[in-house]
Amino acid sequence: MKYLVCISKTPDTTAKIGFTNNNKTFDSSGVQYIMNPYDEWYALVRALELKEAQGGDITLINVGAADNETIIRKGLAIGGDKAVRINAENPSAWFVSNQIANYAKTEGFDIIFTGKETIDYNGAEVPAMIAELVDMPLISFASRLELSGNKATIQRDIEGGVEVVEVETPFVISASKGLAEQRIPNMRGIMMAKTKPLEVLEPIAVDELIEIDHFETPPPKSSVKLVDPANMEELVRLLHEEAKII
Amino acid sequence: MSVLFLAEHQQDNYKKSAFEAATFSKKLAEKLGTTAIGVVVGKMNNAGSLGKYGADKVIHIQSNQEVSFDSQVYTEAIAAAANQSSAKVIILAHSSTGKALGGRLSAKLKAGLVSGVNALPDTDGGFKARKSVFSGKAQGIYNITSDQKILTLTGNAVKPVRSENEASVETLDVALPPARISVKEVKTVQGIVPLPEAEIVVSAGRGMKDPGNWGIIEELAATLGATTACSRPVADADWRPHHEHVGQTGIAIRPNLYFAIGISGAIQHLAGVNTSKVIVVINKDPEAPFFKAADYGVVGDLFEVVPKLNEALKAFKAAQ
Repeated sequence: MKYLVCISKTPDTTAKIGFTNNNKTFDSSGVQYIMNPYDEWYALVRALELKEAQGGDITLINVGAADNETIIRKGLAIGGDKAVRINAENPSAWFVSNQIANYAKTEGFDIIFTGKETIDYNGAEVPAMIAELVDMPLISFASRLELSGNKATIQRDIEGGVEVVEVETPFVISASKGLAEQRIPNMRGIMMAKTKPLEVLEPIAVDELIEIDHFETPPPKSSVKLVDPANMEELVRLLHEEAKII
Repeated sequence: MSVLFLAEHQQDNYKKSAFEAATFSKKLAEKLGTTAIGVVVGKMNNAGSLGKYGADKVIHIQSNQEVSFDSQVYTEAIAAAANQSSAKVIILAHSSTGKALGGRLSAKLKAGLVSGVNALPDTDGGFKARKSVFSGKAQGIYNITSDQKILTLTGNAVKPVRSENEASVETLDVALPPARISVKEVKTVQGIVPLPEAEIVVSAGRGMKDPGNWGIIEELAATLGATTACSRPVADADWRPHHEHVGQTGIAIRPNLYFAIGISGAIQHLAGVNTSKVIVVINKDPEAPFFKAADYGVVGDLFEVVPKLNEALKAFKAAQ
């Protein structure tokens, strides 16, 4: 089996958010970046577990600038066999999907793994775009994946529960919590990652479909109104009369 | 020209997201001087009722059997309806279904996609759609430059407006491709509003001390007609089912009213709930970070406060 794991970079959840260029560009100065947790903890680790159990080969792919290589090396330390970086600055979901689909078509993968979404934009756009561009089924928000030969049984999260589906390779799967247990790279993995191949490719041209107009930061929330714990009638009154929510 | 929206349904009942999409599409269609058309895929005996929430017409893509969800099949169906109705804009719910379709349709139709939209787009000199980004810490406003546009609509962003209109239903025969995904089993909780749709959510965390203590939470939720949720440590410890977990690695919700009971308010939890319209925090620790994100706070022992709140709410409801 050939596995492609798409990894993305996102600001750490605790990062302070600011914008430059007339509020059109995210200000990355001083921002701590991490590998998107859904990509790292669930998608990559499940691919690795399948490789360990049944053999196979894992390629990591990232679309981004050279400073993304820290995250790519971490992915290799966790267990990718090799990596590809498509060289681009601030790519859109549509741009990223086209690059990944283009690479995937030439290489022919059995399973393309992504996280269910990135934690900065929460769009869940890339897995569906890739699936359409490579003409594969998509199983999104997968919280379990069992593979037997080329047949997969997958549990996907839906509103208020789960759905169990069957599908044959090749397919695209987007990972939610539960697909695997997070792994921390060990020293041996970190050392080995340094010598694993990391290929840099130039992107194909893509016509963009959307553009950022601007970002807005909401006004800071007014401070909390505290209610006496002995007087819950007052809380009910506030929710009814002031917040008008009940 | 039209605004086309996918109306999700379960058997013969539309989901709440279908009514939200209908009302949103109608408002957008009025801005654009066109009509709002719903598309329903698969068996459904009640298609015309969508008119009550704003659909001018419903395109029903029929099938003798239940069409289970395969994003490729649905993409073909919606693309056919979009073609039939000359759709300028396609609206999907930001749901497990809509998220699996948005990117596919965008790629198929080369139509720009903004997902998780929370307000009507600004259509004066462009098509600018707004969404919450960076864990609710900012709003991103995107201009869709392609001719055709796709939006996925966040739950609870629009209040469905009901009238007595019925929509005409037009059946469209589409040669749908065979599904490559077969659905073997669907396991959902019955009789409860799913979390992403819930208008009121009562959520509890480690402060509950023991899974056996959840009775007071369930009673409060019952009084409010609310859905229960929980924090990550509680789901990880199997105190509560996985599908109740809200937060960054669980599900993101946007109810009108969110009660956080015995939850400290780690940033990863806040990321999934901080776009709720009103947040009430009950916690014995006055330093709990959640109070900074709250509209109303109660510093006290939840085992005393929650039953008192429940009694006060019952008295309020009885007097209504």
